[in-house]
Amino acid sequence: MATSISDIARFSWTALMGYPTRTILMLTAMAIGVAAVIMLTALGEGARRYVTNEFSSLGTNLVIVFPGYSETSGLNPIAMVGTTPRDLTLDDAQVLTRNTNIRRIAPINIGSVNASFQGRSREVPIIGSNSELLNIRHWKLAQGHFLPATDLDRATPVCVIGRKISDELFATQAAVGQWIRLGDRRFRVIGIMASEGRSIGVDVQDTIMIPVASAQQLFNTPSLFRILIEAKTRSAIESVKQSTIEILKERHQGKRDVTVITQDAVLVTFDRILGALTYAIGGIAAISLAVAGILIMNVMLVAVSQRTAEIGLLKALGAPQRQIIRLILSEAIMLSAFGAVIGLLLGELGCFAIRQAFPDLPAYAPLWAVATAIAVSLLAGFIFSLLPARQAARLDPVLALRGK
Amino acid sequence: MIELISIHRDFLVGDQTVHALDDINLSIQAGEYISIMGPSGSGKSTLLNLIGLLDSATEGSYLLNQQDVTVLPDGQRAATRSKTIGFVFQAFHLIPRLTAAENIELPLILAGTEPERRRPLVNKAVTDMDLTDRAHHTPDQLSGGQRQRVAIARATIMQPNILLADEPTGNLDQKSGQDVINILEQLNQQGITVIIVTHDANIGQRAMRQIQMVDGRIESDQTLSQTSSS
Ligand SMILES: Nc1ncnc2c1ncn2[C@@H]1O[C@H](COP(=O)(O)OP(=O)(O)OP(=O)(O)O)[C@@H](O)[C@H]1O
Ligand SMILES: [Mg+2]
Repeated sequence: MATSISDIARFSWTALMGYPTRTILMLTAMAIGVAAVIMLTALGEGARRYVTNEFSSLGTNLVIVFPGYSETSGLNPIAMVGTTPRDLTLDDAQVLTRNTNIRRIAPINIGSVNASFQGRSREVPIIGSNSELLNIRHWKLAQGHFLPATDLDRATPVCVIGRKISDELFATQAAVGQWIRLGDRRFRVIGIMASEGRSIGVDVQDTIMIPVASAQQLFNTPSLFRILIEAKTRSAIESVKQSTIEILKERHQGKRDVTVITQDAVLVTFDRILGALTYAIGGIAAISLAVAGILIMNVMLVAVSQRTAEIGLLKALGAPQRQIIRLILSEAIMLSAFGAVIGLLLGELGCFAIRQAFPDLPAYAPLWAVATAIAVSLLAGFIFSLLPARQAARLDPVLALRGK
Repeated sequence: MIELISIHRDFLVGDQTVHALDDINLSIQAGEYISIMGPSGSGKSTLLNLIGLLDSATEGSYLLNQQDVTVLPDGQRAATRSKTIGFVFQAFHLIPRLTAAENIELPLILAGTEPERRRPLVNKAVTDMDLTDRAHHTPDQLSGGQRQRVAIARATIMQPNILLADEPTGNLDQKSGQDVINILEQLNQQGITVIIVTHDANIGQRAMRQIQMVDGRIESDQTLSQTSSS
């Protein structure tokens, strides 16, 4: 009949309680190791998710076209000194809409102009685009309507303004329906952007949006700054990219003079870098678990030598070597299990503190890191106590009883 | 029941060989009450440890209950110790963090006895050893005599045939020593083979059979006639 697990555990428990100093020491080492893994991977994972979210807010299945092309950097250095590349035009954008893999397309023009209303005026960044921009960029309106869905070349005199602009030009007055002056033209305010429309590169609160054709007239230029394309599906992104390049090359006398990037490619790169970073810092933290394991080995070796007489006694009372091994292992595993649980609590507490301190950072430890930390601590406790356990089991009972 | 044939036990100390047991031949029947005496270093403890399967002979053979136990794998040696042999030590060897009752229970736990069956056995042993109001005290709260009674209760909880006591009164005062010897004699009367190693001639002479050791040899082995012992 083998001694039951609960009896072994109870005996190990009394041993752990009997030597509080070493128990606390080992619990602390294990707990710090586990907490370190959890908190550091939470930081890495948090950073990854933060960046991913920021990029996702650019839009979904996004393909971005901009003028100029270089084999190496995507920006043409010749273009900057001499011959300008052929511009992207509204016609280019128009042609691209024929691709059935494309859900939405938004030509973009930018510039800045003086905006004024009833004596108040300021310089304001302008985005010229179309009705699709709102959906492509996942922006939200607070009031009114977004740009109307008309032909791209119709220069309707309407605008959608950011909240900050609304506050500055209209103060407490209702802005929608009012006419404001942009440069030498007048535009009717038809909508106000919602404040959550935050996105990389654009502060929508401090921007005025007008139809792209109006922007071309306002800035007196036929060329576009960007064309944003939303592919219908994720898998269509690559074919949209390729066909866009082909179509524009054909339209531009067989010369490849645009750069097409996919948001996916950027995302994947960041995702990969930050993911690797998470693994790396997780791995570094795991080293502290191994150190804790080595500490367990040392402390268990001391424990065995401290308790030589006890082990001799257990043998005299009829405990075979196997049972001695089991008792010592169970002590070590209980220690690392308790240590892991304490570390888990500390780690989660630490993550909570990080999230409180940096609300933008979703610092949650990934499940794999938590599982690995616990598994590694149990494994380290087990492996590193094998040697002390075997040493105990092999003690000569006669000598052991004399405390040697 | 115990048969030692030409037993030698040598220890290597540096490059010197110490003959702790030197050609021991000994036959012990079930139920005997034996004392082993002799000068320090004569091999008494070594002999007792060998009988108790804590130690092995360098040479010779050992039959226990007709079974050759000279060379046995660790598991079987341990099982034999658990079932048939009880040890009582001079230094008590109680586990300090466990209570008296828990110390007594330990062999049952190691043998895998279920808790429901352990409890009545421990309670009975506690009562038998007159430790009822000390059952939940730790060893440092007990007197020497009480500690040795706990040790005897632990040694007998598995109902062994053989009880081996190495100077059980060595750390006790006269009175407590007497109590302990009385208990051992009662156990012998219940049929347990009792072997006591002692320096105390008064104690040694109470045994039915008295063995004198010198230099690892049995110098004399006297069994008192039934009449003179009473
Ligand atoms: N592990 C050992 N290593 C070396 N020598 C040993 C060992 N154990 C016992 N001896 C030697 O064997 C001899 C017998 O020792 P043992 O302990 O059996 O004597 P003893 O009769 O019990 O003595 P005492 O009355 O002092 O307890 C002694 O010379 C002792 O030094
Ligand atoms: Mg001795």
